[in-house]
Amino acid sequence: MWTWFHKLGSPRWFYQMSTRWVNWLGALACTLLLIGAVWGLAFAPSDFKQGNSYRIIFVHVPAAVVALAGYYVMAIAGAVSLIWKMKVADMALKSCASIGAALTFVALVTGAIWGKPTWGTWWVWDARITSMLILLFLYLGILALYQAFEDRDSAAKACAVLALVGTVNIPIIYKSVDWWYSLHQPATIKFTGAPTMHPDMYRPLFLMIFAFYLFFAFVVTLNLRAEILERERKSRWVEEMVGAQ
Amino acid sequence: MTMYFGSLAELWAMDGHGAFVWSAYFIVAMTLVLAMYLPIARHRQTVGQVRRRVQRESITASSTS
Repeated sequence: MWTWFHKLGSPRWFYQMSTRWVNWLGALACTLLLIGAVWGLAFAPSDFKQGNSYRIIFVHVPAAVVALAGYYVMAIAGAVSLIWKMKVADMALKSCASIGAALTFVALVTGAIWGKPTWGTWWVWDARITSMLILLFLYLGILALYQAFEDRDSAAKACAVLALVGTVNIPIIYKSVDWWYSLHQPATIKFTGAPTMHPDMYRPLFLMIFAFYLFFAFVVTLNLRAEILERERKSRWVEEMVGAQ
Repeated sequence: MTMYFGSLAELWAMDGHGAFVWSAYFIVAMTLVLAMYLPIARHRQTVGQVRRRVQRESITASSTS
């Protein structure tokens, strides 16, 4: 267990191990995304109330779900980086922040585009939407905080603390549609109980959520590999690897 | 499995919601491609830098010896 933990803490080990599977992960994620998109756009039935505009759900919900889950991953990386001063954890935190920001942006923009034909407005200062906007600012804040420090260790510490403090926002986002009167519709899929959706609609949705998770893992790995290579560019193993290519 | 829409034109129009649905999917696709491209470009750039430095150093090492 501890040797495994030490290995995971070694940037070199992670880099070399991920070389073998990163492209496969990417290929799988992109294929599933394509299948899910075609399924959701062309094959799923239309919604009896919202017509075809509801098809935005197949990108909106997965992006939002993974943006939230990604924040937990980032906060856990922050905790590990604070407690064990593990360098890979700090790099993982940074790697989650950019893709997390991208997915939150996607959730907000697709939500706005969905809102126009459904609610008649692009934007409302609604609890769910506002708390998602705060999530975007948290992700962007972490990226900005990395730039603000000269010293890498202080940056790691500050970002880990911000990531941990920001987790307060996550349950608020989850519960916002229940706690406040909201334009945003309540969750259609829940961990407990059956989804309030037709199987022909939730099957492509589940596929898309899974594909977005894989895509998140793929981009975090890409970011992490780029970060490791840059930080270790003067080390022997990087020189040897580049020379051998 | 059959397509929900009768024709590709209907798929494109989506009963008047086409502009919303397709622009949303387009923005998602662009964002995801960018998210994928940026770390790949950064990785490639670092590899290039290291390669040039290693070559430079091997040239100076061989000329001084």
